[in-house]
Amino acid sequence: MAAASDLTRTEVGLFERLRNNRNFLGLLFMLPAGVLLLVFLTYPLFLGVWLGLTDVKVGRPGRFIGLENYFWLFEDSVFWLSVFNTFLYTVVASIIKFVLGLWLAMILNNHIPFKAFIRAIVLMPFIVPTVLSALAFWWIYDSQDSVISWILIEMGLIDTTIDFLGQPNSARASVIAANIWRGIPFVAITLLAGLQTIPPSLHEAATIDGATDWQRFRHITFPLLTPIIAVVMTFSVLFTFTDFQLIWVMTRGGPINATHLMATLSYQRAIVGGSLGEGAAIATAMIPFLLSAILFSYFGLQRRKWQQGGRDD
Amino acid sequence: MTDSVTKNATAKNAATRNPAKDKTAVASEGGMDYLQSIPHKVVVIYIPLLIFLFVLLFPFYWMTVTSFKTNEELHAYRGLAALWVFEPTFENIRFLLFETEYPRWVWNTMFVTVTATFLSIFCAVCAAYAIERLRYKGARTIGMLIFLAYLVPPSILFIPLAIMVFALGIFDSNWALVLTYPTVLIPFCTWLLMGYFRSIPYELEECALIDGATRLQILVKIVLPLSVPGLISAGIFAFTLSWNEYIYALTFIASAENKTVPVGVLTELISFDVYNWGGLMAGAMLGSLPVAILYSFFVEHYVSSMTGAVKE
Repeated sequence: MAAASDLTRTEVGLFERLRNNRNFLGLLFMLPAGVLLLVFLTYPLFLGVWLGLTDVKVGRPGRFIGLENYFWLFEDSVFWLSVFNTFLYTVVASIIKFVLGLWLAMILNNHIPFKAFIRAIVLMPFIVPTVLSALAFWWIYDSQDSVISWILIEMGLIDTTIDFLGQPNSARASVIAANIWRGIPFVAITLLAGLQTIPPSLHEAATIDGATDWQRFRHITFPLLTPIIAVVMTFSVLFTFTDFQLIWVMTRGGPINATHLMATLSYQRAIVGGSLGEGAAIATAMIPFLLSAILFSYFGLQRRKWQQGGRDD
Repeated sequence: MTDSVTKNATAKNAATRNPAKDKTAVASEGGMDYLQSIPHKVVVIYIPLLIFLFVLLFPFYWMTVTSFKTNEELHAYRGLAALWVFEPTFENIRFLLFETEYPRWVWNTMFVTVTATFLSIFCAVCAAYAIERLRYKGARTIGMLIFLAYLVPPSILFIPLAIMVFALGIFDSNWALVLTYPTVLIPFCTWLLMGYFRSIPYELEECALIDGATRLQILVKIVLPLSVPGLISAGIFAFTLSWNEYIYALTFIASAENKTVPVGVLTELISFDVYNWGGLMAGAMLGSLPVAILYSFFVEHYVSSMTGAVKE
């Protein structure tokens, strides 16, 4: 009898202990997110690396072929062209996005009427589905009825319509322009938030000391903004580097592969062409670049906390 | 007991405001504005601003105008007159709604988006609470890993996921998207909500614990009511992200009736050599409207979540 009551007491005790155990409760609360992310994010990440080492095709299980896909890609001029395009696209678009975004942020940081409203509509390109705005750009770049060509002809600047997406270099410039258009709002609005945390007293003090506008920008605004610039630009570079939608809608990598990025080439080879293994190898080849971007972001974050004397958590 | 807890919570609600908002409110608006003369301001601020606004908004204007044009007006060269529509027609929209599967795609997108959003918010709330408040062993590492998960782009996951989706037998169904979208949404929402939960005072929870509330009660009755702005932000963000998603929907869906709006417009409406630009633009415009309308109601939440998440 006494033993039985002891037993029940320890059982209840165990339940009670579990109910108040941080680690057990933590596990329980993490379960939904953890399972979804492990199954649909972590596992496919490794599966992708593995697939890159096989010759799996659509409808046919593959076998392990080592680095053969990578040797193929190494010889493949289209792959190297896509690497070149990806870097060109990322570097040019990111730099211009940063310059124009910072400029727009500094304009918006002034006292202007309808500021909240303007800030809201500035974000529109970022909100609207990329595919649908890319479709609009496709129409704006149409070889016959492009509105840009029409206006330029009307102004007497050109004689014939411009074939925006038909020539390699103009196609590159056009897709980069569309990417910049979509990216400026994100850069501008996040940098604006950063600008607003800079105490105005610093600018006032510098002005009293006779600093010019450029000096104030160079020695106050820019240094204080550096940490947030690092984070924003990491995101921007990351998403530009892995871009797929804009290119796929407007050019599908054409003309003659001039706008193929690594992501679009990977889709082309894997899903359209059926060589899943090769596509996975191209996707895997993007990982080293992504890792370096992430490390950059990590150190950017560290530096920011250290600068502002915040806690490291 | 629980009544007093909630009352206490609502009382504190006013005190603990959205942290991201507070930070932006600190900045004074152009303290040295009076130093700039009006003409100087026009040249340095208003003219560039107008150019920016024109460029950023023109594609939407052109999209809208085109979708109301007749086919003849679309291709007739008119110079600057082309910028306006002279014979507006609803033919393109009628075509889209009654002769294509567009309404079906809208329904699919709506279903996938709403389900994926709620699923992600549920997972993110639990995870963020565990990381931020239960502080189990390794919580900080897990928090960092979740941030890293946000940086994994869909373009390197779609091939292995396509194989998994096929193996699971959910290829070409809405569930393929409902289960894969959260991988993009959960990391962001968790990261965002962690910031919100951090701003809620510990004392509230301690009071509730002493009063005998369980962790679940604390989460539902104290933490969640206090983080409504955060929940809205996360919801809006998740909604727009999944409405915009393209590469998974393009890869995992094959039949026309299961497609989402972005995929359907691009693959089903473009089937001839001569593009029906009016119809395409009408599709793009109508497809953008739901997010644009939702966004216009919650601009402040959206902006604060975007800037807050970057600053965290």
